[in-house]
Amino acid sequence: MKVSALQQSYLNRRSYSFRSSGPLDSSSDSAVKSPAAIFWLVLHGLCCLISLVLGFRFSRLVFFFLFSTSSTNFYASPFRSTAELANAFDVHSVLSTNSITNIELPLLNKTVANSRVVVGRHGIRIRPWPHPNPTEVIKAHRIIERVQKEQRLQFGVTDARTVIVITPTYARTFQALHLTGVMHSLMLVPYDLVWIVVEAGGVSNETASLIGKSGLKTIHVGFNQRMPNSWDERNKLESKMRIFALRIVREKKLDGIVMFADDSNMHSMELFDEIQNVKWFGAFSVGILANSINTDETADQKEEEETSRMPVQGPACDSSNMLAGWHTFNTLPFAGKIAVYIDDRVTVLPRKLEWSGFVLNSRLLWKDGGDKPEWIKDIDMLAGDIESPLGLVKDPSVVEPLGNCGRQVLLWWLRVEARADSKFPPRWIIDPPLEITVPSKRTPWPDAPPELPANEIPVMGIEEPIVKHSTKTRTSRSKRRS
Amino acid sequence: MEIWKWVLFGILFLSAFVVKIEAFKLGRSQPTERISGSAGDVLEDDPVGRLKVFVYELPSKYNKKILQKDQRCLNHMFAAEIYMHRFLLSSPVRTLNPEEADWFYTPVYTTCDLTPNGLPLPFKSPRMMRSAIQLISSNWPYWNRTEGADHFFLVPHDFGACFHYQEEKAIERGILPLLQRATLVQTFGQRNHVCLKEGSITIPPYAPPQKMQTHLIPEKTPRSIFVYFRGLFYDVGNDPEGGYYARGARAAVWENFKDNPLFDISTEHPTTYYEDMQRAVFCLCPLGWAPWSPRLVEAVIFGCIPVIIADDIVLPFADAIPWEEIGVFVDEKDVPNLDTILTSIPPEVILRKQRLLANPSMKQAMLFPQPAQPGDAFHQVLNGLARKLPHDKSVYLKPGERVLNWTAGPVGDLKPW
Repeated sequence: MKVSALQQSYLNRRSYSFRSSGPLDSSSDSAVKSPAAIFWLVLHGLCCLISLVLGFRFSRLVFFFLFSTSSTNFYASPFRSTAELANAFDVHSVLSTNSITNIELPLLNKTVANSRVVVGRHGIRIRPWPHPNPTEVIKAHRIIERVQKEQRLQFGVTDARTVIVITPTYARTFQALHLTGVMHSLMLVPYDLVWIVVEAGGVSNETASLIGKSGLKTIHVGFNQRMPNSWDERNKLESKMRIFALRIVREKKLDGIVMFADDSNMHSMELFDEIQNVKWFGAFSVGILANSINTDETADQKEEEETSRMPVQGPACDSSNMLAGWHTFNTLPFAGKIAVYIDDRVTVLPRKLEWSGFVLNSRLLWKDGGDKPEWIKDIDMLAGDIESPLGLVKDPSVVEPLGNCGRQVLLWWLRVEARADSKFPPRWIIDPPLEITVPSKRTPWPDAPPELPANEIPVMGIEEPIVKHSTKTRTSRSKRRS
Repeated sequence: MEIWKWVLFGILFLSAFVVKIEAFKLGRSQPTERISGSAGDVLEDDPVGRLKVFVYELPSKYNKKILQKDQRCLNHMFAAEIYMHRFLLSSPVRTLNPEEADWFYTPVYTTCDLTPNGLPLPFKSPRMMRSAIQLISSNWPYWNRTEGADHFFLVPHDFGACFHYQEEKAIERGILPLLQRATLVQTFGQRNHVCLKEGSITIPPYAPPQKMQTHLIPEKTPRSIFVYFRGLFYDVGNDPEGGYYARGARAAVWENFKDNPLFDISTEHPTTYYEDMQRAVFCLCPLGWAPWSPRLVEAVIFGCIPVIIADDIVLPFADAIPWEEIGVFVDEKDVPNLDTILTSIPPEVILRKQRLLANPSMKQAMLFPQPAQPGDAFHQVLNGLARKLPHDKSVYLKPGERVLNWTAGPVGDLKPW
């Protein structure tokens, strides 16, 4: 490596100089040795002996003490002006060089007269408080932001299209958790965004207040059917809700790229950059986190081996980067342990191809878009429900593979839901505080004083009855501690 | 009337066409700015036709045999002398007729006597150079005509033609007396220094172009490192207390900024060194034992703004490239305030520097590609030589007039090689 070569060169050449400078110098220098040179030689030898005895390099220190005019030569020397230093070093840079120099003084003075840069030992300047200054750190971050913004302008997508995100959702325990995650991902997207939230069971205040916090342009519509309890039915209803949203895109003639963000999925930021490359209809790889619900009752060796690699759904390409087929989800290893109802504690599986792995140009949905390709079916002409967006195209080979031809996983699919009968406070705010307060039997903080002040008891009491499994974790934690 | 209308139409059409071509050229992937130094907008000048160079035919003991003994000379940072020779042999500026030549080149590889570790030993170089000059002065009349004033030599070693790696020794020796009138092309450059002669051309050190090409990352990777540096701060082997190495500047950088999260500095050498430079906004280029280093070349190639900490340094092609507008110069005494200095640079200035660095002619001028490409460092050297033409009348000596002292210098140099 270049750096190591440089380092080595500087490491070794100087050692070479001290080793070989002796005989070669005497050959190249004048053969006449003045008494001054002999004196310095003797003094140098004496200092070497003393150093051997003492254990540290004695000679240089003596010279500094004897000949320095200002005490600026120590390791942690405070800030000094160059003029002072130059004056100081003029005198003893001659004397403190380690070699046998005899007639150096006039020569060095000649060179030093014109330049302010001196050869020899210099102090290491350290300021009194050598730590970062917070204002400067902020300024540096602003600079970095500006540089990155410029980079995006130059090398990023030139004409960024609006991203139209379609999310089907419904009010349930984990809705706040999932929707907040998606919302924060969408808030980070650097492009214009329209978020269409379709809610099963009608528009609810919960959802509205959640998405209202985002500051994004949202279209919140209700769908007049309640979300059923089985995964199968739920998937069907979600497909219907998504087509409903596509109709909204058509009515409002929204222009941009339509993507499907299910509320429990995880999106990477590169996904939003990558989908800008789509022309009409694109697909990318989705990682399936299907083993999320812990099947701790069945710790099967075989199962662990098979599910150790994350399954990926998406386009498959041949060697010339053309679409050759599809990777779909293999349900065989999970046979018998597939969740049927939403709160089953077994693995939830995706369908063959998930909606979230596809993006399409919104112009495909417009009624009379002039340059629409002929392979797109009209949404109104759909016979029944479609399981995946591939049902919208007559010929699946026109789909464009995105994300380095499907090699990059840009989205992770996950389904986690709480029990059907789980209760949660509206908007996750407990107001007014609960009436029944019971002091906890075991405090999770063993160092805390045994008597809690009166106004803290309600806070402690509230944590108990809310969710059942939190007590489990608390006791497990204290178990670990004791 | 009809004809005039057609003529007018034709002219308009042509002008639109020309304007479109210009716009097309400018509308490349990245907006860049033209670079013009003190000598003007000269980076893209073509030296062919502006000068003629005659290459002396020296016996192979001065060049080929030395290279055969040690092939590592082709890859180290002093390899410019070898590649310049190869370039000139096949360049259109070469002339086989010495009578019409403006400049004379002597191909002697003085920096190819390597130790087992790969460092060039300069102890025999003065003798080698002397012997080469004696050869050309006795076999051709052109040296004696001008005593070398229209000859140029490549001396890429640490302190140029002072032929020593230790600065005090180099100052003591001074430039080789025989080269007093010749033009020196060297990497070392420091103002008011014995080893930098008036009229020398400073070149960048050799950095392998292919190696850097293979480590390029996509340009849209966001630059997230503020300041980047990898290298020694203390040369423990040769200067354990610190204060000698880099005049204490590198040690000062370490002591002041080792716990500053904006400064990504360390002595480790990662395999992703080149990639990391492309993710940094500023790259420190402090002096070491000598003020120049290949870090400057690497910073320019990878678009990282060089922060040059070396008092009075003369950077490569200083008359063609306006380094003050491209890099940031920090005095060695101001190193403790480096963070204040760098954060107080307005963002527009930083963006402008990055645009200048992105100019492909800037990057090209720092490289020695094989085979040579237009605008590269070889051509910049020739441009520099061409700018010194025509030679002043005083260059030509009257017959019998002698200026150089052939017996000057340390006794050891006078021994034959």
